[in-house]
Amino acid sequence: MQIAFDSLETRSVTLGFIPLLDCAPLIIARDKGFFRHNGLDVLLMRESSWSSLRDRVALRVLDGGHMLQAMPLAATAGLGGLSVPMVTACVLNLGSNGITVSTDLWQAMRATDPHVGDSAQAAASALARHVRDRRAREMAPLTFAITFPYSSHNYELRFWLAAGGLDPDRDVRFVVVPPQQMLSHLTAGRIDGYCVAAPWNALAAVQGVGRVVAIKQDLWENAPEKVFGVTRDWAERNPNTHRAVVRALIEACAWLDDPAHHGEAAALLAQPGVVNAPAALIAALLGGRVFAEFDAPPRQVPDFIVFHRYAANFPWRSQMYWTLTQMRRAGQIAGDVDLHGLAASVVAADTYRAVAAELGLPAPTIDDKTEGTHANEWTLRQATRPIAMGSDRLLGGGVFDPSLDAEEASPRASATPRSQKENS
Amino acid sequence: MRLRILIIDEDPARAKALEASLAAAGYEPVGLAGPKDDLLAKVQDLSPDLIIVDMESPTRDALEDMRRITADRPRPIVMFVDHSDQETIGEAMRAGISAYVTDGLNPSHVKPILDVAVAQFAEFQKLRQELEQAKLDLSDRKIVERAKGILMTTRNLPEEQAHRLMQKLAMDQNQRIVDVARSILTLAQVLKSDR
Repeated sequence: MQIAFDSLETRSVTLGFIPLLDCAPLIIARDKGFFRHNGLDVLLMRESSWSSLRDRVALRVLDGGHMLQAMPLAATAGLGGLSVPMVTACVLNLGSNGITVSTDLWQAMRATDPHVGDSAQAAASALARHVRDRRAREMAPLTFAITFPYSSHNYELRFWLAAGGLDPDRDVRFVVVPPQQMLSHLTAGRIDGYCVAAPWNALAAVQGVGRVVAIKQDLWENAPEKVFGVTRDWAERNPNTHRAVVRALIEACAWLDDPAHHGEAAALLAQPGVVNAPAALIAALLGGRVFAEFDAPPRQVPDFIVFHRYAANFPWRSQMYWTLTQMRRAGQIAGDVDLHGLAASVVAADTYRAVAAELGLPAPTIDDKTEGTHANEWTLRQATRPIAMGSDRLLGGGVFDPSLDAEEASPRASATPRSQKENS
Repeated sequence: MRLRILIIDEDPARAKALEASLAAAGYEPVGLAGPKDDLLAKVQDLSPDLIIVDMESPTRDALEDMRRITADRPRPIVMFVDHSDQETIGEAMRAGISAYVTDGLNPSHVKPILDVAVAQFAEFQKLRQELEQAKLDLSDRKIVERAKGILMTTRNLPEEQAHRLMQKLAMDQNQRIVDVARSILTLAQVLKSDR
């Protein structure tokens, strides 16, 4: 493929990442030469917190980076930091998160139901029974950790708690803990459970300090996780360089989906300067072998982490809207904000489509899709060529309809009375 | 108005130095917090007006969450320094610090405190560089200088930033700065032969 390098506004690009398995597309694009083949000289900087990554992008120390899917939304809306419009033209992966509880909490949950290990729903219900029991005995509420307030981890944990009938705002305590410190906090008993991206759930299972009770695939099949984000200003000033970066990332994602590459990818990601976790564990997770319990065989979940298939890299406007409905439910975003408009403003779907055309890949011609309506693989026909898509069921069997307003669009995982803590 | 200041830094020596210079400038540092402290308890006990935190501290994400945690308390909650003052924020960030202030605190009260912190961090950085510089022998120093030159031209960075970038890379990859410099020189040669 021949690319007009001369059209690049700049070849030098500096991007940030957080040490998680899903930073893989950036690392692979660098180490396997995809950035270089697209005429780019990319420097990757490992960041120690999401706040730091966001601020460095906002103030142009970084040109962009590996971001939580909610981050461009929160930055554009000015939640929790500088108000800087951001966009994403590319989703980096689907799946990869999980919820882990301490072995003590697991024992207590199992005491309420011997079949607690059967499903994410059974675990959620068992937890709810245990929480009610604790309340009856006037014990302190359980503490769960997330990695960042505006994160899929926060919304997924809330969704799972609600699936058991708990009110996330009243029945448990939330704290923020960096991914690398989750295990030590769990071991020390400072937290009872957490929701985080790979490999920090599987690591707790193989070390025998926690039990994985749900993975993202159990909550919402083939759901978007990290995105590649830049400021809107940078994207407007560097349209060709932006496309070249997205092209390299999509090529890296396609490379990562090939099982023949998992061993090599794991070795590159395992390094101390990247994820700093055992290569064998990373290779297992890339291959869909998901460790959930100490000394037990892993679950086989082929779509545990998806980098490219099922049009994974396409930034669906409707999936941004989903996240906004979860942010509203968590009381993070005011009632007068136009959520459909905000979702549309952070998605650079046409940049994706231009890159897909250059790469000869099919691209969706629509911006929105429903969730919870496909129990099996299906074919997306509103695309430049038909695309094989993954299942998209939601825990509890509900349906997400992006054409509805925020109150009605996304299902509640259970019929519990909703929290009155809306921020309006 | 005596503003109450909490300092969060994983480097106790630097935290102490900053505490001393803030006190000397007439402010009221109310405490230091390290990586092992219970941050939420500390913030609730001390109720600082302003928190100064090392940019590299992973605890920053927890600070971002305090708005929600303390929402039912009568005091306003910590948040990022005044949204309009990007210049001050940028300056602080380049020096490696971040600041959180209580909602509604006048930015003109915050600026002089940040200036003291920026100066202190810069001073510390300088001392560190001098120490590191003294440790490098002459040939190593030449390699570092050459790599820095490459970064300055190819990435269009001022000298100080190029140096800081190499320090950060060295830290991230658990390498000596001279090893990072060697990688940069090697990469530059390879790329040159490619084009």
